[in-house]
Amino acid sequence: MTNGIWNPEIECMERAELEQLQLERLRALVDYCDRNVEFYHKRLQEAGVTAEKIKTLSDIQYIPYTTKADLRDTYPFGMFSVPRKELVRIHASSGTTGNPTVVGYTREDLSNWAEQVARLVVAAGASDESMVQICFGYGMFTGALGLHYGLEKIGATVVPTSAGNTEKQLKFMRDFGTDTIVATPSYALYLAEAARELEFPMDAYSLKLGLLGSEGCTPEMREEIEQRWGNGFFATDNYGMSELNGPGMSGECRERNGLHINEDHFLCEVIDSASGDVLKKGATGELVVTALTKRGIPMLRYRTKDITRIDYEPCACERTTARMHKILGRSDDMLKIRGVNVFPSQVESALIGFHEIGPHYQLVVRRKNFADHLEVRVELIDGSLLNTYGALETLQKRIHDRIKTILGIEIKVSLVEPKSLERFTGKAQRVVDLRQAEE
Amino acid sequence: MSIKQLSIFVENKAGRLAEITSAIAAAGVDIHALSIADTTNFGILRLIVNQPDKAEQALKAAGLTVSLTDVIAIEIEDKPGGFAKAARVMSDASLDIEYMYAFISQDSGRAWVILRVQDNEKALEALRTGGIEIISEDKIYSM
Repeated sequence: MTNGIWNPEIECMERAELEQLQLERLRALVDYCDRNVEFYHKRLQEAGVTAEKIKTLSDIQYIPYTTKADLRDTYPFGMFSVPRKELVRIHASSGTTGNPTVVGYTREDLSNWAEQVARLVVAAGASDESMVQICFGYGMFTGALGLHYGLEKIGATVVPTSAGNTEKQLKFMRDFGTDTIVATPSYALYLAEAARELEFPMDAYSLKLGLLGSEGCTPEMREEIEQRWGNGFFATDNYGMSELNGPGMSGECRERNGLHINEDHFLCEVIDSASGDVLKKGATGELVVTALTKRGIPMLRYRTKDITRIDYEPCACERTTARMHKILGRSDDMLKIRGVNVFPSQVESALIGFHEIGPHYQLVVRRKNFADHLEVRVELIDGSLLNTYGALETLQKRIHDRIKTILGIEIKVSLVEPKSLERFTGKAQRVVDLRQAEE
Repeated sequence: MSIKQLSIFVENKAGRLAEITSAIAAAGVDIHALSIADTTNFGILRLIVNQPDKAEQALKAAGLTVSLTDVIAIEIEDKPGGFAKAARVMSDASLDIEYMYAFISQDSGRAWVILRVQDNEKALEALRTGGIEIISEDKIYSM
């Protein structure tokens, strides 16, 4: 490690050299998939693709996409490429709908995964001096063990507290002098809140770094987390998914200007979700990832359904790896309104900071006179605005202006009564699209 | 002296008024006067009741956005020019009325008016000096 960069040889590699490495690995991967996984063999044959036909990186476009549905359809081990004696670990996703997606790792996969995580946590500011509490649930979920092995690899002291038991978490933080936590953004926020409710002052905690992940984190939420912890707490975002090992695909450095991608392991493309066309560099669309070195369950052009854009300019931190923008939303959740892409997460970030309204919101899309209309419904909770209609109208206008600036389209804001919007225990369904409905 | 008025945020949808007023009834609170104005999507329901604090608690428990506001209640003669006299006093003292509503008193020949102004103290002073009768909290709650 030099200058806070875990693997400068790779992370600061010349672009041309990196692309050559990616090309070699891509060819080897296509050949490997063709020979070892029946599923890929058929797909590649149908598309007429062989390793020899991959002459440049852009030839990847001839390889068919792989989707989550393919993983479900081949449950549990249909896409695995190695005999059982070579598998050393199994993980699975939660599988909220249908079969869970199951992934398997060879010894080499685990070693690569730890290397990927090591780079990201060092970029975020962790080191062999760090005392790290991992507040992700251990188990079939990849988050906890992924960070665990990466952090051990760099020599950090790992405290595997797992999820829950907040008072115990806080006690260890105070008593051990924990300076780094691995958590979801919402749990990091909740911990800070819980810490303030205990009798200990906030300087009883030495927390300086948050390695946050497993759910999206808007810049506004990050600011909120940092403010609540105070004392210079620095929150970073990282990204990954079990289909691509787990956490470790990309993460923020101290510049926090996008998430550095481990490009020697992950070849990324951005596509138009609807047409499947590959978009030009820098465009916003669905992230598609080819896991160049993964062998237990190889992934060719996996559609993540996450929306982002990729910046290939070198970063001020001296790493040359491309950076992906924070996830803007899921292609499933994306709304196209009068030709403009709208994500619920954009509205959510616009609403943070309005203390007159509750945290729940709903987007209703209607079609009137052949044009789309977006209504944003929010719950009024501040009784002090009830003296005059003017105060309510001013609030409506302030919310309207903020959202309009972010989305770039005209919207309507409706104030509704508290608790009148539907509550969700699982994944939130914040969008009601009535464009096809008769009204 | 001012009296307490309840302001409740109400969405413009069927059955809401019935639900809100039922919550007040269930708390055993009597409504003396009410006013509601609406825009296309929502309205603010304003109530004078015999037990404002109790009503506020019941409404909050029902999950509503509600606030208590100090307003002024005056008594005027129920005859031509009765309210004009009070309005003149307010206007002479350059006091703006934000909103108001009126109802007939149980005492015959009298009417009561609820006024919401920016500065209660100043308005009370002007009304008293102008010979307008101010209704006390005790009197309005025990009506």
